[in-house]
Amino acid sequence: MNGSLRRIAAATWARSLEFVRDRSSLGWNLVFPILMVIGLAFVFSGPGQPLFKVAVIAPAEAKLDTSLHPFLGTPQVQFYREDSRDIALPKVQRHRIDLLIDFTAQPPQYWVNEQSPKGQLLERLIAGSGGEPLVRQATTGKEIRYVDWVAPGVLGMNMMFACLFGIGYVIVRYRKNGYLKRLNATPLRAFEFLLAQLLSRLALILIVNIFVFAACRMLLGLRMEGSYLDLLIVVALGAFSMIAMGLVVSARLSSEELAGGILNVISTPMMVVCGVFFSMDGSPRALQIAADFLPLTHLLSAARAIMLDGAGLSQLGYPLAVMGAMSAVYLTLGAALFKWRQD
Amino acid sequence: MNSQTPITSVPVLEVRDLVKHFKQVKAVNGLSFEVRAGTCFGLLGPNGAGKSTTIEMCEGLLTPTSGSIRYRGEPLGPRYRERVGIQFQSTALQDHLTVIENLRFFSALYPVRRPIDELIALCRLEEFLDRDSKKLSGGQRQRLLLAIALVNDPELLFLDEPTTGLDPQARRNFWDLVTDIKARGKTIVLTTHYMEEAYLLCDEIVIVDAGQIIARGVPSQLLAEHFNDSMLEVPAAEAHKIAATGLAGVAKGETVEIQTADVNGAVAALLAGGVSLAQLRIRPRTLEDLFIELTGRGLRE
Repeated sequence: MNGSLRRIAAATWARSLEFVRDRSSLGWNLVFPILMVIGLAFVFSGPGQPLFKVAVIAPAEAKLDTSLHPFLGTPQVQFYREDSRDIALPKVQRHRIDLLIDFTAQPPQYWVNEQSPKGQLLERLIAGSGGEPLVRQATTGKEIRYVDWVAPGVLGMNMMFACLFGIGYVIVRYRKNGYLKRLNATPLRAFEFLLAQLLSRLALILIVNIFVFAACRMLLGLRMEGSYLDLLIVVALGAFSMIAMGLVVSARLSSEELAGGILNVISTPMMVVCGVFFSMDGSPRALQIAADFLPLTHLLSAARAIMLDGAGLSQLGYPLAVMGAMSAVYLTLGAALFKWRQD
Repeated sequence: MNSQTPITSVPVLEVRDLVKHFKQVKAVNGLSFEVRAGTCFGLLGPNGAGKSTTIEMCEGLLTPTSGSIRYRGEPLGPRYRERVGIQFQSTALQDHLTVIENLRFFSALYPVRRPIDELIALCRLEEFLDRDSKKLSGGQRQRLLLAIALVNDPELLFLDEPTTGLDPQARRNFWDLVTDIKARGKTIVLTTHYMEEAYLLCDEIVIVDAGQIIARGVPSQLLAEHFNDSMLEVPAAEAHKIAATGLAGVAKGETVEIQTADVNGAVAALLAGGVSLAQLRIRPRTLEDLFIELTGRGLRE
């Protein structure tokens, strides 16, 4: 075997053994994300939202009240404005909203999902409200529950922590206790060492998350429209880019406290702006731009597109390219900044 | 065991005017020495003398501020690390790996490897091969680290304070190992602040203080050059009687030390003065004495 490959393989194997034998941390890595997804499913499945939600497309000057149509005076229904049918109709199909009324069409129409009991109830209310008759348009689509939407977010967030802290802490600890100095006295090169750490982490994270995903799918019946292979590729690339990000943080530090602080500074915003728990649609532009620079955003958008909409890799060129570019930049930076010993 | 290896063979390592300055500290100030093939070369000195800095430059891990280090007449190249073996003063290993797994891992990093079975036998690791390396005793751990330093069958071996912190028994075992390794023709560079260790293992030593060499040579010859006397140690309780004999005694804690070239005469004088010889110790002068003689202070002060 080529010397460099042999060294990378040996270091990858050694690190993987260390991780797998650390039973408590392995167990935690498996159990925690499953508990988290189940917990969130409970928290967010209860009531608290208006009984019915109806999107309305109307001329800009029109007010959303009974002057437009008597149905808009119905109590217990939240009416809100949407700009285009392209955006609003998928929401009807996914049961995110219960009905769509389009007053810009001639004659005015309403769209109902035939698989939605709430939509069918609202249909009867329209009929009974009087006023100008609205033309019925039917659509179909299975409900996307919040848990289907949030589960990729939670799993992705958990993976982000495993990537950043898993690699960051370990390398900083190795530097602090002098193990890196010992390795530096061997022919092992920095790039080989870092690649070995990365590959070992990546393999373990993928294996752990396959189990976690399977468990969540069984326990919660998660929606999965696309291909498992596509999802695996997207997740692998996303995890790779986040591990590489951890390499940059750990390139020089020899204090676990400082490393922990910096990793928190990176991971907390990712948790907030990358759309883990809530969609970032409609949030301030600046936040969305910031989110674009974080790998988790692209991992989540690609994973959700596959799981919820059945998208294929060919439709995910943008997130894949961004994650690939981030991986390359972080890995190069991490190797360039890397130091074997503490100052 | 100062085997009288002739100091005429080719130098394996040649160090010239080595200087290393850190931001605040001038750690090494112009050291020059040569290490001959097949010998054990000792760098002696107190903590902070610059021994570890010097050995790390020789290992190729630190870049000197100025000066040169040559290995077999050539500057240390990128392949140097494949040819030398290094044991640090203290090294952490990866958690959760057994002794044999650590050996296999380090072995895989080198292009030329010594069979692992041989290493196990040489360093006497048989009994704890499958133990987590974290759970080893101090002596076992140093033996594993020595085996790791030997995985590439190096011709030049660096040992940086290998027995610091070991109990006397473990230290003796380690010295036996090093003697075995030396007998196989390896060249060894050793740092220590144990003078006994240097005396037993080294063919040639330099004594370093404050980044400079203050003495060099074969240990037995160095002592012969500086001392032609022996040291008598008598319990401090006898101090007043010693004073009456006219012998010059120096109080050192629990004992009084009498330095003399005429041991017979001194003992006779002590007997005549009624000094109890029940706990008398007569010892030859040591490298420790030499260090005190040269610097005016003890090694561990």
